[in-house]
Amino acid sequence: MTRPGITTHLILICGAIFMTLPVWVAFATSTHAPETILREGLQILPGGHFFETYKEVLFVEGGVMKKVTATTMMKNSMILGIGFAVGKVIISMLAAYAIVYFRFRLAVPLFWIIFMTLLLPLEVRIIPSYEVVAGMGLLDTYTGLIVPLIASATGTFFFRQFFRSVPDELLEAARLDGASAWGFFIDILVPLSKTMIAAILIIMFVVGWNQYLWPLIMTTKEENYTLVIGIKQIYQVLSEGGELPQFQKAFALTILATLPPVLVVLIFQNWFVKGLVESEK
Amino acid sequence: MSGVTLNSVRKTYPNGAEAIRGVDMQINSGELIVFVGPSGCGKSTLLRMVAGLESISDGQIKIGDRVINDVSPSERDVAMVFQNYALYPHMSVRGNMSYGLKNRKMPKDEIERRVNEAAAMLKIDQFLDRQPNQLSGGQRQRVAMGRAIVRNPQVFLFDEPLSNLDAKLRVQMRIEIKKLQRRMDVTSIYVTHDQTEAMTLADRLAVINEGRIEQMGAPMELYSDPKTLFVASFIGAPQINLLPVRYDGTQLSNGSLAFTGFADLPQDTDLVLGVRPDMLRHDPEGQFELRVDLVEQHGGENLVYGALLGARDAEGDDLEICLKGPQDLLPEMETVLRLGFDPSAAFVFRKDTGERLL
Ligand SMILES: Nc1ncnc2c1ncn2[C@@H]1O[C@H](COP(=O)(O)OP(=O)(O)OP(=O)(O)O)[C@@H](O)[C@H]1O
Ligand SMILES: [Mg+2]
Repeated sequence: MTRPGITTHLILICGAIFMTLPVWVAFATSTHAPETILREGLQILPGGHFFETYKEVLFVEGGVMKKVTATTMMKNSMILGIGFAVGKVIISMLAAYAIVYFRFRLAVPLFWIIFMTLLLPLEVRIIPSYEVVAGMGLLDTYTGLIVPLIASATGTFFFRQFFRSVPDELLEAARLDGASAWGFFIDILVPLSKTMIAAILIIMFVVGWNQYLWPLIMTTKEENYTLVIGIKQIYQVLSEGGELPQFQKAFALTILATLPPVLVVLIFQNWFVKGLVESEK
Repeated sequence: MSGVTLNSVRKTYPNGAEAIRGVDMQINSGELIVFVGPSGCGKSTLLRMVAGLESISDGQIKIGDRVINDVSPSERDVAMVFQNYALYPHMSVRGNMSYGLKNRKMPKDEIERRVNEAAAMLKIDQFLDRQPNQLSGGQRQRVAMGRAIVRNPQVFLFDEPLSNLDAKLRVQMRIEIKKLQRRMDVTSIYVTHDQTEAMTLADRLAVINEGRIEQMGAPMELYSDPKTLFVASFIGAPQINLLPVRYDGTQLSNGSLAFTGFADLPQDTDLVLGVRPDMLRHDPEGQFELRVDLVEQHGGENLVYGALLGARDAEGDDLEICLKGPQDLLPEMETVLRLGFDPSAAFVFRKDTGERLL
């Protein structure tokens, strides 16, 4: 392989700028005073209002929305993201375990039924799901927010593929060692799936964090809003309100909303790579 | 300790494959039995039925006096060593060895004691905190043995445990397994398709062919007194020389070759004459000639391969035979050696049934 030349670098740099510039503009603009933004539009250079804006967004109720702070919304998003990711991993691992290791007659048809739900996005079943959740009195609860989302064909599929690659002898050795079905799962399969679990957690956390439609119709009270909904609402308030539009706060909220997924990816990525290297034979 | 008894055991897989077609066997307490046979003959299936990893379609298996047909693998009190070791990759050596004991709710200090003892016996004590992927193949093999030993089982089961090791290590581990088995005096079943391994390890050998026991006995008994053509050709390396022949009332003949010294054989059927390479002698007065193709020097002895002049095999081609001779027997290629053998030591089989006649 030849050393990458100057053109390669130029292309890469252009690509990187192209990808990150909008994020940077959002950040820079969020640190200016509302008057500046109104007068001069988007900003490339950071201004002097960083602490002021972020403090208000994070801690002052009615700073942006009327009743909630970004801290509350962030907490809600966090609970949704984590609950969504953890729930999906648990449900799909258990489903895949049953399908791969228990020889019941319906295993194969069941798997294909689960697999087919991949074709049906949430939007298709959103009305019935809403009916059920509302009927159970779970609107505006975390349970109602998370549980209907965690059944996961994708996760089941990935874990199934992984479990099938685990040598049968491991199961046999564990059976001779007196491990129960549950023991084999907890003691052997879960530790072996560490890498897979980390990968699915990362992906699912980001997906959960970015959920929009379901939280939107599920939550009626402002204090239950997630960040993603909050951003949408804030722009609405901005365009309707009679006062000076608070664009800097909207941008601050956007930046705050992107931070946790970015952090999760950065932190777990290390794990992920380490897991891959360790399990290598 | 207790023996293992198999009573007309059968196995039919759900797909209809008949893997075991009626096996009766009595394994005495403390005995090391080796199952040998060609690939697909059902060795592993039979072993796994004893382990409880395959169900028993018909018949009965007993360990000691207890019928274990419906006993779960972990309660049969057997331990198994797998071909690819099947170590738990995420657990340390210690974790691997103690997992089965923990599941049996054994007290911590007893587990500790047993693991340390087994590790010392197998010389893996310095690796106890390593993970399997930080060990060599031979060391992994020892850990797999250790995992079996700590359980202190009634029966050891080995399924080709050495086939992933290089030749030298295989010999070394073979000796160690034998010593260990002697020392612990545990009834053992060992599956292999390597006939040297089979001959050297076994107290008794069971030659399996197409799901049946072809013959069972001490290694030398099977070597010098095979009951069938299959056993004769399977046991012994290099392989026995087999010549298709007919009997005409006085001698055995193949093409222009004739062998005298045989009597009381049927004349109406194809026969097979079996002569082991070490029964053949270089003999100027001998009955037949060999055109040398290849000489293999094995150190203490030489193997001479070549075509038997005047004879044809079943397809009508040259008949290749092998002769085992002393290390000074070094004929040039293409030279012709005159050979002889003692007819009373040779075997004669019926070709159709494989039954031994002489
Ligand atoms: N799970 C299974 N389902 C159906 N047939 C099987 C199964 N396992 C083995 N068999 C068949 O049973 C027969 C015996 O297989 P087995 O694995 O016992 O052979 P083996 O003697 O151990 O061979 P090898 O030396 O290659 O390991 C084979 O014909 C094989 O195709
Ligand atoms: Mg086998």
